[in-house]
Amino acid sequence: MAKTKKTETETGTGQPVRAGSLFAYAPAPESPAAAGEIATGYGHFIGGEFVDSSGSQALKTVNPATEQVLAEFAQGTEEDVDRAVRAARKAFADWSALPGSERAKYLFRIARIVQERSRELAVLESLDNGKPIRETRDVDLPLVAAHFFYYAGWADKLDFAGWGPNPRPLGVAAQVIPWNFPLLMLAWKIAPALATGNTVVLKPAETTPLTALRFAEICRQAGLPEGVVNIVTGDGRTGAALTAHPDVNKVAFTGSTPVGRAIAKQLAGTRTKLGLELGGKAANIVFDDAPLDQAVEGIVNGIFFNQGHVCCAGSRLLVQESVQDELLDALKRRMGTLRVGDPLDKNTDVGAINSAAQLARITELAAAGEQEGAERWAPECELPGAGYWFRPTLFTGVSQAHRIAREEIFGPVLSVLTFRTPAEAVEKANNTPYGLSAGIWTEKGSRILWMANRLRAGVVWANTFNKFDPTSPFGGYKESGYGREGGRHGLEAYLDV
Amino acid sequence: MSETATRIDIFKTYKLYVGGKFPRSESGRVYEVTDTKGQWLANAPLGTRKDARDAVVAARAAVKGWSGTTAYNRGQVLYRVAEMLQGRREQFAAEVAAAEGVGAKRAAALVDAAVDRWVWYAGWTDKVAQVAGGANPVAGPFFNLSVPEPTGVVGVLAPRAGQGFSLLGLVSVVAPAIATGNTVVVAAAERAPLPALSLGEVLATSDLPGGVVNLLSGRTADIAPTLASHQDVNALDLAGAIDPEGPGAAAALEAAAADTLKRVVRPAADPSAEDWTAAPGTGRLLSFLETKTVWHPMGI
Repeated sequence: MAKTKKTETETGTGQPVRAGSLFAYAPAPESPAAAGEIATGYGHFIGGEFVDSSGSQALKTVNPATEQVLAEFAQGTEEDVDRAVRAARKAFADWSALPGSERAKYLFRIARIVQERSRELAVLESLDNGKPIRETRDVDLPLVAAHFFYYAGWADKLDFAGWGPNPRPLGVAAQVIPWNFPLLMLAWKIAPALATGNTVVLKPAETTPLTALRFAEICRQAGLPEGVVNIVTGDGRTGAALTAHPDVNKVAFTGSTPVGRAIAKQLAGTRTKLGLELGGKAANIVFDDAPLDQAVEGIVNGIFFNQGHVCCAGSRLLVQESVQDELLDALKRRMGTLRVGDPLDKNTDVGAINSAAQLARITELAAAGEQEGAERWAPECELPGAGYWFRPTLFTGVSQAHRIAREEIFGPVLSVLTFRTPAEAVEKANNTPYGLSAGIWTEKGSRILWMANRLRAGVVWANTFNKFDPTSPFGGYKESGYGREGGRHGLEAYLDV
Repeated sequence: MSETATRIDIFKTYKLYVGGKFPRSESGRVYEVTDTKGQWLANAPLGTRKDARDAVVAARAAVKGWSGTTAYNRGQVLYRVAEMLQGRREQFAAEVAAAEGVGAKRAAALVDAAVDRWVWYAGWTDKVAQVAGGANPVAGPFFNLSVPEPTGVVGVLAPRAGQGFSLLGLVSVVAPAIATGNTVVVAAAERAPLPALSLGEVLATSDLPGGVVNLLSGRTADIAPTLASHQDVNALDLAGAIDPEGPGAAAALEAAAADTLKRVVRPAADPSAEDWTAAPGTGRLLSFLETKTVWHPMGI
């Protein structure tokens, strides 16, 4: 969420990296050195040790804000994956037999060490991912620590979680996570898996492996038994080898719907339990009685938070016709004040697009929006010369058939559609194969509940957006996947129930 | 023998149950159903892919009304099904005995268990939301509530093996799905569909809205793949997918279901060893539910 910013119009020493000139901000960069030492090359973390890959291929991870290479890391081979799964299998017997109260202590330790090292992790995450330090510092890292702290407490209370006494873990969990919230997605996956007595092999995304590898160090500091957490890096080939490994009992995947579909197909006919958290095309619905200033903040947070690299992003704005002009004027004004630029600057609102490939996809879809007849608007703002950047953009005159209204853009691009009646809003909101999230803005309580009841989405934010909490189940309807992460519900994914 | 002629029985024409009506198959064809010893029992409609698609249309049309009815009302309807089934105990006992090759006493006990299963699930309709949902104590000034909602249209492959599969097994897969507000399209056990087709007659007289339960007899290898790949089916219960290979095999159906990311309940590791008389637990009840979490700020 955007916070109130200090203005520095008097000194005027700031580099203008945002639209307009009403506010000038002095640079307030976080020191990259706070990220700690980044090695030039990384192997995998298997059986409690950092080990070299059996293969020779190395990938590079770059800082998307500068295109500078941060480090090389291993492209995990099938042999690497097998080694990691065997390490996890070996660790499973002792780990699952450990009293829950003792497993809990390891997780509490991890939560505490994450808190202690949160500045380091936040800076490292911003460097590797391109997201603003304000987000990593104020959203990602606090949620990571909270997630471990929350599930730590469950480890010795599973008898009371609703599945009868002594629910059993599944075994080895294969976990493949995306690049948009690297460390937070790791926490969502690892914390409940460990609390319930499973061991894990996790593959971070190939553009953002660094915080997962740093997390491996935290596991060592916490004294976590060898093999309970294993990290194997690489691209989609490594992920496919992991999810197809015959000795994993659980596959948890967060990412795109096509890949999720492929994994579901791959696991058909096996006994492997599968959880999928996939794409979305959320409707953010604004009624004419909504508090418009708050709604504007919610819309901005909904689509420009994390550069729009959010599966639950409010990427379709459905605005009631009668307030369309007023709302869009206010929204454009607000978008004009967004500061796009250096992710390490504490004043930055919108950081770098995570990769060249993602930038190309966003660019292509935005171009399709124009070609199909929607009207494109973006505030004037200077973008840095190097790195991957995309202006916060909105499209008006969007029809439901347009690609930008149907496909997940996963970038800072908002498609605006209109409606007249609540029933029409519901029809349009649900007119998508996805069903991850939705937003409702209205002052009328009964209308919120009426709408919330009819929206086919796993998370409904009313008069707010993009709120997350470890106690609150998150996950999709329809082709946004199945299973829930967070809360008591999140335990089910890792229990044999 | 008495001197009057033996009375000739009236045979029943078994029909599909789709959208609250009893159509014949659009194929105009039937197939022979025998008891476990090979003795002819009746002809059953040979339901086709088109019948399956029609049934999905009926099931989809029924979702809004059925999921929108109150949980209390759904409970009463399910209890009414138990009442109607109880009243036709003898008929079903005879059908179950023929379908499963068990004695009359055992068959009657299986029918009783099926009646009791409807009662069990009737009681669940207005309790499952509290068991499966609740308030979440988030770290901030928000009202945060998670509620279970029905997944939508569920394709069901009725059990084809295991103790009590033909009626009790069928009820054990249909009742939990509809208790929570889903609607179902059922591929009845191919070789033993008569108890399922007769159940349609019970459902039709139980205040259950048309389309909530749709029952098809026919080739599982035709009907099941149609349900698995159908864009408007949200979930699949593969209880009866016991073919080791071919289009009706669990692996093939699950793979087809992956295209639309259907929720899939896999068959038991050994379906023929399944004991449908065992206490059901909440597994199937919770399988076709989606958790919706609603956030709202608190403030003045």
